[in-house]
Amino acid sequence: MNESVPLPIARKGSQLLKYLRPTFGVVVLLFILYRLYSVLVIRHEYGADTWTRLLITGLIIGGVYALIAIGYTLVYGILFMINFAHGEVMMLGAYAGFFVFEALKSIKVSSEPPLNFSNANPVISIIIAFAVGMTVSALSGFLLEKIAYRPLRKAPRLVPLISAIGASIFLQNAAQLLFSPQLRDVTNPEILRRGIGWKILINGSNVIIPYTGVFTFALSILLLIGLYIIVRKTKLGRAMRAVALDKKTAALMGIDVDKTISQTFLISGALAGAAGVMWGIHNGLVYYFVGFIPGIKAFTAAVLGGIGNLPGAMLGGLFLGLIESMGPAALGINFQLKDVLAFAILILVLTFRPSGLLGEVLSEEKV
Amino acid sequence: MILNVENINVHYGAIHALREVSFTLSKGEIVALIGANGAGKSTSLNTVSGLLHPTSGKVVYLGEDISNTSPQEIVRRGIVQVPEGRKIFAKMSVWENLEMGAYTVSDRKVVDERMESVFMRFPRLKERRNQPGGTLSGGEQQMLAIARGLMAGPKVLLLDEPSMGLAPILVEQIFDIIREINDSGTSILLVEQNALMALSIADRGYVLDTGRVVLQGIADDLLHNPFVINAYLGGETTE
Ligand SMILES: Nc1ncnc2c1ncn2[C@@H]1O[C@H](COP(=O)(O)OP(=O)(O)OP(=O)(O)O)[C@@H](O)[C@H]1O
Ligand SMILES: [Mg+2]
Repeated sequence: MNESVPLPIARKGSQLLKYLRPTFGVVVLLFILYRLYSVLVIRHEYGADTWTRLLITGLIIGGVYALIAIGYTLVYGILFMINFAHGEVMMLGAYAGFFVFEALKSIKVSSEPPLNFSNANPVISIIIAFAVGMTVSALSGFLLEKIAYRPLRKAPRLVPLISAIGASIFLQNAAQLLFSPQLRDVTNPEILRRGIGWKILINGSNVIIPYTGVFTFALSILLLIGLYIIVRKTKLGRAMRAVALDKKTAALMGIDVDKTISQTFLISGALAGAAGVMWGIHNGLVYYFVGFIPGIKAFTAAVLGGIGNLPGAMLGGLFLGLIESMGPAALGINFQLKDVLAFAILILVLTFRPSGLLGEVLSEEKV
Repeated sequence: MILNVENINVHYGAIHALREVSFTLSKGEIVALIGANGAGKSTSLNTVSGLLHPTSGKVVYLGEDISNTSPQEIVRRGIVQVPEGRKIFAKMSVWENLEMGAYTVSDRKVVDERMESVFMRFPRLKERRNQPGGTLSGGEQQMLAIARGLMAGPKVLLLDEPSMGLAPILVEQIFDIIREINDSGTSILLVEQNALMALSIADRGYVLDTGRVVLQGIADDLLHNPFVINAYLGGETTE
């Protein structure tokens, strides 16, 4: 696969960078150590209860990031392009989930006591929401590849990247036109009402483990395991690995390369769709750019784990979720700086370890 | 006639790589395609494999036109190519590479049987079945590439420069294996720059030059043809 080179940002630095980089690294490291020391050892600002809360938040959001990150990594592994419209694929799934819950809510099964389908059959409702959300996103991913990327398969690598950015803007605006710019409140079935959960007592204070969070995290892990099994154990997984390594040779093995690429987009889309529905269930709001920030965060997670590396994307997602929720507290900075922290991590990884924490995937040989 | 290539023209964009090329392969034969660098040998094989499609002319396999058939379908029908440069999946183990070769075979029993027979033919691969393909020596990689091709159960095996970069002793070994594979009933289309070796095991041969067939005939005749001797056998005579 000689045509492909690593991410353009991951090239070797200039002469100046050579000295600047280690200096920068040492400064950042010292700063982090100093903050950690002063916050954790000297000030003891937060108790175990707060840390537990942050840990729970981090795991929940991390699971969602992991699901989305898989999509970036699978597509990069196979086409060597960043699918910048992947966040929008998630957004479409989130809308699908929202509309399913709205529709089911409007079906009355009895009027005395007032009961709608969504609450009468919560499990079925949730299953329908995920089935529809995952299908919508899978199909969006599939069509996205067919329309925006496949015709550019032989073009230079920057071209599909620009097409992806175009597709992302297009999908956001299309969603805004179709679904209005309004923020939508997602109404979950009662059993998954937001804000309620199990209470545990830590340090004399109540820590709530929200049902939506437990559900979201458990489902993320299940889907991640399912995906791992698909890639490692099935014929489709074997085809995906072969196509990622060498398309021409894969074709000579009798693998349908185009079909495998389509299936990769279907799987990536389905996972992003699940993430979208979860986002709606757990965070409660759906809007036309709801996929944007989780999209870049998940991209960060994928880079963190080594883009193209499957376990890397999973762990990268969880890790980023944890950093984002616990990082500001540990460094003693404002919680609203969590996005800054996440993107600072992206910059640090690209500067010091462009192949990601787990990755050698970008080594010249493999790419 | 198992394979019949009729007057194909193949283009890479504006580059006209094959001009009116025709050749045939009968059941049980070894046919050699020889020629210098850039003559169009790999292009010919890739067209038969369906990676490229002719702009005119056709490829007929078992009486059916496969000029526009997809590569995966062509593999399923029994034409398997062992590509130039071996193209082993370097990070996958020997065993996984062989499994890849059997991708089109859905019957697990058949895969296991073929695996066994391939290991009989290449005991060296059996010893190394858990080793990453990329860590094998050049000769072993070529054996793995051929073994991987056999896993698909080919009726026609297309071999693209199997002797490339190998020491003479290994070349002999590879050619012995090719002959054995042919003896067990597989028809072989063999592309080689090593014209002497190729023609010495082939039944018939074609000489390609800048995209055209310039000469064809019985392998023995070609070996004694003054043009072939001068151009491809380094001016040496064979007897
Ligand atoms: N992908 C490609 N794009 C454009 N031109 C190509 C491509 N592949 C091959 N060619 C051209 O087609 C012609 C035939 O190439 P081909 O690879 O078939 O030669 P070959 O006989 O296999 O040579 P070699 O012995 O070096 O492998 C050459 O002029 C080559 O430059
Ligand atoms: Mg060649």
